[in-house]
Amino acid sequence: MQIDLRTVTIEPQRVAFDHLIRRFGNKPASRYQEGTYDIQAAENLHYRPTWAPDQELYDKGITRIVMRDWYDLKDPRQFFYNTYTLTRARQQDAVEANYKFIEGKGLAGMIAPDLREKALSVLVPLRHVAWGANQNHTFVCGYGYGAAFTQPSIYQALDNLGIAQYLSRIGLMLGGLDTLTQGKEAWIGDPAWQDLRRYVEDCLVTRDPFELFIAQNVALDGLLYPLVYGDMVDGAWASEGGSTIALATQFMSDWFDETRKWVDAVVKTAAAESAANKDVLTGWIASWGERAARALLPVARLGLGDQAEAVMDERRADLAARLAKTGIKL
Amino acid sequence: MDMKAPEKKLGIKEKYRLLTRDLAWQPTYRSEKEIYPYLDYEGIKIHDWDKWEDPFRLTMDAYWKYQGEKERKFYAIIDAHAQNNGHLNITDGRYLSALKIFLQAISPGEYAAHKGFARVGREFAGAGTQVACQMQALDEMRHAQTQIHALSNYNKYYSGFHAFAETRDRIWYTSVARSFFDDSMASGPFEFLIAIGFSFEYVLTNLLFVPFMSGAAYNGDMATVTFGFSAQSDEARHMTLGLECIKFMLEQDPDNLPIVQKWIDKWFWRGFRVLGLVSTMMDYMLPKRVMSWREAWEIYGVENGGALFKDLAFYGIRPPKGWEDAGKAIDHMSHQFMLGFYQWRFGTAFHSWIPSDQDMDWLSQKYPTTFDKYYRPRWDYIKRAEAEGKPFKNFGLAKLCQCCQLPCVFTEPDDASVLCHRQTTHKGEIYHFCSDGCQEIFEDEPEKYVQAWLPMPQLFQDPVNGDLAAWMDWAHLTDGLDNGEYQGSSDQRNFDRWRGLATSNT
Amino acid sequence: MSQVFIALQTNEETRPIIEAIEADNPKAVVTRDPAMVRISAPGQLVIRKDTIEQNLGRDFDLQEIHINLITLSGHVDEDDETLTLHWDR
Repeated sequence: MQIDLRTVTIEPQRVAFDHLIRRFGNKPASRYQEGTYDIQAAENLHYRPTWAPDQELYDKGITRIVMRDWYDLKDPRQFFYNTYTLTRARQQDAVEANYKFIEGKGLAGMIAPDLREKALSVLVPLRHVAWGANQNHTFVCGYGYGAAFTQPSIYQALDNLGIAQYLSRIGLMLGGLDTLTQGKEAWIGDPAWQDLRRYVEDCLVTRDPFELFIAQNVALDGLLYPLVYGDMVDGAWASEGGSTIALATQFMSDWFDETRKWVDAVVKTAAAESAANKDVLTGWIASWGERAARALLPVARLGLGDQAEAVMDERRADLAARLAKTGIKL
Repeated sequence: MDMKAPEKKLGIKEKYRLLTRDLAWQPTYRSEKEIYPYLDYEGIKIHDWDKWEDPFRLTMDAYWKYQGEKERKFYAIIDAHAQNNGHLNITDGRYLSALKIFLQAISPGEYAAHKGFARVGREFAGAGTQVACQMQALDEMRHAQTQIHALSNYNKYYSGFHAFAETRDRIWYTSVARSFFDDSMASGPFEFLIAIGFSFEYVLTNLLFVPFMSGAAYNGDMATVTFGFSAQSDEARHMTLGLECIKFMLEQDPDNLPIVQKWIDKWFWRGFRVLGLVSTMMDYMLPKRVMSWREAWEIYGVENGGALFKDLAFYGIRPPKGWEDAGKAIDHMSHQFMLGFYQWRFGTAFHSWIPSDQDMDWLSQKYPTTFDKYYRPRWDYIKRAEAEGKPFKNFGLAKLCQCCQLPCVFTEPDDASVLCHRQTTHKGEIYHFCSDGCQEIFEDEPEKYVQAWLPMPQLFQDPVNGDLAAWMDWAHLTDGLDNGEYQGSSDQRNFDRWRGLATSNT
Repeated sequence: MSQVFIALQTNEETRPIIEAIEADNPKAVVTRDPAMVRISAPGQLVIRKDTIEQNLGRDFDLQEIHINLITLSGHVDEDDETLTLHWDR
C-alpha cells in the first residue's frame, strides 16, 4: 500500500525506550545505546549455575573490580554489531586487495631470503598468540558483567581469530605449508617462545574477567603490537627491503590503533571509579606487564637482533606514558 | 632464489583446518583440567576433539564480508521503514501484540544465548567447536540488536514496547522465556549446546522464524520480516552446529547416549512450552494468516522433526518423550493461551481481544476437531458477558508451573475437558506443574528448580504486598495504556486515525 | 524417504540460485510463500556452483548463499563445488 504523507500528521508518543530516557534524558537514543544499555537480565535470575553454585548467572563478584554501574564502561567507538561488522568488512576488502597485489606482482619473491625467514620466524608463531587472545576475549565476553563492557570483547575475540587467520595466510603466502608447521614447532619447543607460551597458558587459567582483560589488552598486546608491527615491520624490516610485509600486516597496525582507544577508555573509567580499583589495576598491570616484557624480549631478539633490549625499554616507557593518561602510575 | 611455492590453492576443508584448528596447541605449562574445568562434570565423555566435523567453514574474512552485506540490506530497510511511517503499512493494529511479545520475551533470550555461547565458546576444548560457538555468540548479539532496532520505531508510536528492559525481569509471562534461557545457562556446556543449539535452534526455531515471519510479510511488516529472515539465515549455521554437536557426542562414546537422550527429552519439552507463545501469535495475532499453527507444526514439527529423529535413530536416539503429548496439544494450545491472555489482560503489556466471527470461522475450519467443540463456546460466553456489560476478567492469581512458569491452563493430553495439573512434594513443600513433562524435569533436578523465581507470588511480597496498582508500577506496566482489551485502546485509536489520515483526504 | 529442504528469500539474487537447484534436482518441489521460496526434495538436494555460475554469468562462491538463506534441514556437506543437504548416510 502506498501512503501519501503530505496530508498526514502522525505524532510520536515517545522518543525512546524508558530505560534510555532514564539514563540519557528525554531524547532519541542512538542505535549503540539501544543495542547496549541494560540489555542483560539484571534481577530475579532463576537458578544458580550448576557449574559454579557459588556464582550468580551474571555475577559482578567474580572480578575484583567494583563498579556502581558497569554500563559506565562505554566503548568510545560505539561499536554495535552493525558498525563493527561493516568496519571490518571494509578493512577486509583492503586486506584482500593487498594480498592480491602481493601475489599478482610476485612481491613475496622480492623479499631477501634472510629477511623473509626472520619475519616468518616471528609472525607465524604469533598466530598461536592471537588464538590465545581469542580465547581470553571470549572469556571476558562470557563472564564479564554488562553489555557495555562485554560486547566489545566478543568483537575483540573474533578480531583475534581474524588476525590469527591473516598471520596463517601470510605464512602460506610468503613461506608455504611447511612454514606453519615449523612455526608451530617453534611455539611448542623453541626456547625463544616458551616464556610467552607460559604467559598465554597462565592467562587461560585466569578466571577474573577484568584481570584477563588487563593481562591481554594492556600488559601483553600493549607491548607486542608496537614492538612487532611498529619496530619490526614498519621499522627495521621495511628498511631492509621488506615493505611488502607491512602491506600484508596493515590490518594489525590499524586494528591496534583503533582498539587501544577502547582499552584506554575502559581502564580510565574503572580506575577513576575508586582508589581500590586503581590499586587493583595498578597491581595487575605491574605484575602482568613485568612478565609480558620478559616473555617478549626473546621474540624481540628474533626480529631486531641486538637492538632488542633498547627497543623494549622504549616500548615499556611508551606504555607507561600511555597508562599515565588513564590514571595508572607504575 | 629458493622461493617456495606461493599460497597453494588449498581446498576449503584443508584451508579451514589450517586457519582454525591448527591454531590451537596441546598446553604443557597448564593442565587441560585447569584450562577447561567444566568439561567432565556432566558425565559426557569426549576422546578425540579432532573428530568434530565443522558444519559451515566460515573464516573471519568471509564472515565479515557476507554478514556485512546482510547488515547493509537490513538497516536500509528499517531506515526506510522508520522514515516512511512503515508502521502504518501493517494490516491491523492487533498485529502489534505479536511484536510486543517478541520484544519482551524473545529478544532478551537472544542476548542470553549470546552470553551462553561466549561461555561455551571458551569452555570447550576443540578449536573447531569453539570457533563455531564464538561465531554464534556474535550472531546472537546481532539478533538481539536487530530486533531492538527494528521494533524501536514501533515504540515511538505504540504502547507496550517502552519498558521491555524492565518487564523482562519482572512481568509474569516473560519469565517463561527467561527461565528457559536461565535454565540452559545454568547447565553445563554440553547440556547448553543441546538446549539451545539442538532443541531450540534445530527442532523449534523454524516454527518461530519461518512461518511467523512469512506471516509478518503477509501483514505488511517489512521491518520484522527482514530481521526475522536475516536472523534465520544465521540460524541455518546454528542449526547445523546443533546437529553436529549431537552427532559428535553420540559418536564419541556409547555412555553418552542416555545423557543426551535425557537432555533431548527435557529440552524438547522446555522449548515446546516456550514456543507455545508462537502458536497464539500465529493463530490469533496475525490479522491475515498464511497458515495455522497446526499447519506449521505439520511442516516444521512433524515432517522436519520426524526426519531428524529418524536419522538419529541410527545412534539409538528415540523421539523426545513428550513428542506424542506435544502432538496431542497442537489443536488446543493456541486457544488455551489466548483465553489465558484474555482473562489476565490486566497484567499483560500487550492487548488481547475476543476473536471476530470471521476469525472464529477460520479457526473452526483450521481446527475442525477442537475449536467448535471446546473453544468457540468459551469465546461465545465471554462475548455475551461483554455484551451484558459484565466483561470477563480474572484478577485472581494464576497457578504457575514450577518448571516452565506458564499458568496451568492446559488440559489432559487425552481429555480436553479436564485441566491438567500435577504436583510433587519435595522436602515438605508442594510444587505444581502443568504437565507430566514439566514434573519429570523438576524431579530429575529438584535442587535446581526449587530456586525458580515465580512472578505471581511476588505480588504478595515486598514492595508490592498484594496491591495490584503497586505491582503494575513495580513491573513498569502502565495501567490503561499497555494492558487490557485492544478495542478502545490508545493503540487502536491511534492506528485507525493515522491510517485514516494516511489513506484518505479528510 | 525423509524430505530435506532449503528456504531462500525471494529476490533477484536468489532467482539464479533457485533455477540452478531446480535444474540439478529433478525431484525438487518449489513452494513460494510470502517473501520466501522453499525447495524440498526426498533424501537429498545438491546445489552446484557450476550451474549457478552458468545462470549468473559470473564467478560465484557457494558461501554467498548465506546472504539470502533463510533456513534448511538435513546434514550439510560443503566442498568447493557443491553444497549438499542429505538425510542418508
